[in-house]
Amino acid sequence: MTLIDLANPTKFLTLTARVLPWLVGITAAVLLIGLYQSAMAPDDYQQGATVKIMFIHVPNAWLSMFVWGVMSGAALGTLVWRHPLADVAAKAAAPIGAAFTFLALVTGSLWGRPMWGTYWEWDARLTSVLILFLMYLGLIALWRAVEDPSRAARAAAVLTLVGAINLPIIKFSVDWWNTLHQPASVFRMDGPTLDRAFLIPLLVMALAFTLLFLTLHLAAMRNEILRRRLRSLQMMQASQRAA
Amino acid sequence: MSLGPYASFIVTSYMLVTLVVAILIAWIALDYRNQTRRLRQLDESGIVRRSGRSATET
Repeated sequence: MTLIDLANPTKFLTLTARVLPWLVGITAAVLLIGLYQSAMAPDDYQQGATVKIMFIHVPNAWLSMFVWGVMSGAALGTLVWRHPLADVAAKAAAPIGAAFTFLALVTGSLWGRPMWGTYWEWDARLTSVLILFLMYLGLIALWRAVEDPSRAARAAAVLTLVGAINLPIIKFSVDWWNTLHQPASVFRMDGPTLDRAFLIPLLVMALAFTLLFLTLHLAAMRNEILRRRLRSLQMMQASQRAA
Repeated sequence: MSLGPYASFIVTSYMLVTLVVAILIAWIALDYRNQTRRLRQLDESGIVRRSGRSATET
């Protein structure tokens, strides 16, 4: 099966049916390993056991941006190549991205209270991630508000690409402004500053959450294809009744 | 394993992530069941796709 074949929704559904059970198994296995490593990780000399929140906060924060990146790629697919699955991919990813962003905000807040003494601070990193969350909600509302799927797809694609401007702002907010949030400690030019005892469980959890996203995204895309097939059949049924 | 004085923050974080991920999984699974059930109903009423294949066939 070539990449071109996947443009056919029916072939995509066949592939999904084959791949999903394997992906579910691999995701569950990696997640269990990550959770075990997170539980066994030592306490931090400054933060104590609260460092364990990092193992779920950081993967959710990474995915909140990664999912918007995937949606931006899909938006290009909708606007430039008019790929039949591009809007399906973007629409299916939005609620999952919104959930990861919500979790990044709330777990960050629960980590911030004992470490910073506050649940929330209107600094650049926290505010830009909150804006990302609101953009996810706006996109979901847009898809629901516009009845014609092709018009909704184009409008959502434009909004997604405009919203992508926020991604570098989130990433570099801790470098450009003086924020309460710590600077990057994993993806740095001079290498990670985290000790291996924390870095390895963090990377395993990040892989587990990425696999979780892929699994949920494939399943949600399958649902969206079926929803569109249902819509066209219902329209066909209505026109048969009218004739 | 002792979680120290901030155990409630750590436990709440992990429970919240578990809850939201469980809701996502349940929502997607229920949505799939709903779509396939409605497609099967259309199939039973004799509505077929333009390709001639049944509504539920992939």
